[in-house]
Amino acid sequence: MTAQAVSRKKHGVSWGQVFVNVTLILLVLIWTIPTIGLLISSFRTRFDIQTSGWWTVFPHRDWVTVEEFQPGPEVDRDGVMNLAGAQGTFEEFRAGITLPDGRRVLWIGNKRIGRVAVQERQWVMNTNFTLENYQEVLGGKTFEVKQPDGSTITVQGSDFSSAFINSLIVTLPATVIPILIAAFAAYGFAWMKFPGRRLLFTMVVALLVVPLQIALVPILKDYVRLNLNGTFLGIWLAHTGFGLPLATYLLFNYISSLPRDILESAFIDGASHFTIFTRLILPLSVPALASFAIFQFLWVWNDYLVALIFIGASPDSQVLTQRIAEMVGSRGNDWHLLTAGAFVSMLLPLIVFFSLQRFFVRGLLAGSVKG
Amino acid sequence: MASVTYRHVWKRWGDVVAVRDFNLAIADKEFMVYVGPSGCGKSTSLRLLAGLEEISEGEILIGDRVVNDVPPKDRDIAMVFQSYALYPHMTVYDNMAFGLKLRKTPKAEIDRRVKEAAEILGITQFLDRKPKALSGGQRQRVAVGRAIVRNPQVFLFDEPLSNLDAKLRVQTRAEITKLWQRLGTTFIYVTHDQVEAMTMATRIAVMKDGVLQQVDTPQHLYNKPGNVFVAGFIGSPSMNFFDVTLVEADGKMYVDGGTFRLEVSPKHLEVARKYKGQQVIFGVRPEDIQAKQYAPPGISPAHLKAKVDVTELMGNEIFCYLLTGKKSFLARLDPRTEAHPGDTIELTVNMDNIHFFDPKTEQRLN
Repeated sequence: MTAQAVSRKKHGVSWGQVFVNVTLILLVLIWTIPTIGLLISSFRTRFDIQTSGWWTVFPHRDWVTVEEFQPGPEVDRDGVMNLAGAQGTFEEFRAGITLPDGRRVLWIGNKRIGRVAVQERQWVMNTNFTLENYQEVLGGKTFEVKQPDGSTITVQGSDFSSAFINSLIVTLPATVIPILIAAFAAYGFAWMKFPGRRLLFTMVVALLVVPLQIALVPILKDYVRLNLNGTFLGIWLAHTGFGLPLATYLLFNYISSLPRDILESAFIDGASHFTIFTRLILPLSVPALASFAIFQFLWVWNDYLVALIFIGASPDSQVLTQRIAEMVGSRGNDWHLLTAGAFVSMLLPLIVFFSLQRFFVRGLLAGSVKG
Repeated sequence: MASVTYRHVWKRWGDVVAVRDFNLAIADKEFMVYVGPSGCGKSTSLRLLAGLEEISEGEILIGDRVVNDVPPKDRDIAMVFQSYALYPHMTVYDNMAFGLKLRKTPKAEIDRRVKEAAEILGITQFLDRKPKALSGGQRQRVAVGRAIVRNPQVFLFDEPLSNLDAKLRVQTRAEITKLWQRLGTTFIYVTHDQVEAMTMATRIAVMKDGVLQQVDTPQHLYNKPGNVFVAGFIGSPSMNFFDVTLVEADGKMYVDGGTFRLEVSPKHLEVARKYKGQQVIFGVRPEDIQAKQYAPPGISPAHLKAKVDVTELMGNEIFCYLLTGKKSFLARLDPRTEAHPGDTIELTVNMDNIHFFDPKTEQRLN
């Protein structure tokens, strides 16, 4: 290769890297900015949330009233007025008249008893933060809220704690059960010889394309007959069924790529299929198990549809997503609670992700075969 | 008794025949090496014995017992894999103890055997390490140790040295031989490296395309290869082959290659007479061709002239690629030989060590 070609290639690579990096940065921004907004909003007061955007907590230039007065009755509100050095009609004052020095004069309120404010641009931050949203969301049945005017009112709290526990009760078994079954199945498909293996595996993979929505009604009918409706067992089974095809497929890919020699060696050492599975396959598949566990956990934790259908509206067994959705419905404008609730529901998935993340390290197999 | 017998063993995958009518009797305490180019069925033959593949036809006996339907774990064998196949999440100790634990051997007994094997292999200080903290050679020892502790009737080795570097390979080769002498057990060893086969085996089975070509002691295999393939495969650099006619003149027999004519030694006269006037394949090993002035005494010499094509100085000898007519061949010359590309030099062939093969069947004639 000539030097020119080398430099051209280098050039191309660097542009490619720039493109990749820019794309990644964009993706990260697109995903994180709304989340940050949500986080900030969850600490803002109800009044602030309803009157200004979350970005106003950052330093920005805004109009600040430096002088305010009540125009006297002698001012002709229907004609051209002369107020604070500005001249204009009522409509013009309502829209704000900018003075030559950059200040503006603004009519606030109605024509009769409104006030006139002189405002100027200043750097301001809106740092009126509060923990009340979280206290209200987490804090049990009733909660006292201080109003801006100093009085207190008693608010019916959302009591997330029971919903949180319900979510855990649903999610943990609905994560563990499919992983266990799928790991067994994946081992069987990968390493055991039996007639119809290929066909069965193809069927399992084909199930990946079936949307779960079409199964909801038939399953619901069966659950009603079996008295499983509204029970935790019912939703565990539902999530297990919906999660199994993907779990089997993912784990199959991993388990079938384990070195054949290791398994054969274990066979000669006298291991049965079950021993190989428990003593070799499971410990060696931890990265795959962990990554699927994260998928399944997030999916079940964030699931609303399946929970809504199989658990229903019974308040005792409602999960977090249902409670959050209900908050929108029952409280309409209570964004401040919604933001806090959403963040509470995000907390556990984040913990799960970061604690299982270390299992993603490659090279767990390092040392078993050559090297 | 830990003899191993293959009786008309076939292995087929669909239409592909991996092993074809394999017959072999391996005696107790023998060191048998299966050798052949890749894809010749040597590993498959071993895996059939281990029970890792199912036999399509025929039967395999370990001792007096037909093991066709015996699962691997009950065949009383141990196998060392090319990739070592250590359990990556277990320590060296647990790797070696795994098989014994599964067999419910008492703890004290496991401990004794593992320590003893570690002692033999010099890996005692690594017992607490995981495989990934070991070098290739050390992993290899652990793999062997895992086989030893089981105290099996037959040891199987599937190209165990292929992943080691050249120096370590030579060293480990000698160690495996020592181990065999010490344990006094039947060893069956698969390799594609004929040097390993020659140096370690008591007997070698040469395979090609799923067919067993020849089984013999290394010396015999080298001196009397049964066919052209074995002759070319065993020995490095490999044997030279020429298409020649056996002719008689003045009551003597000659090998006539067109550009050269070599007198057949008395040792091979009888065979040469039998095929008089016929075309045969004439084989001679590179070390049996010398420059005339350095030819060793006590041989039946015959002379030819050849043009030097390429020379490779090895230090103790020269690998010299020569041309007679258009036919290229190789000689291992004395390092003092003056051989420069383009020169024509006089060579002496040791006619005591020559080989005749049938050009059609490629089978040995003498």
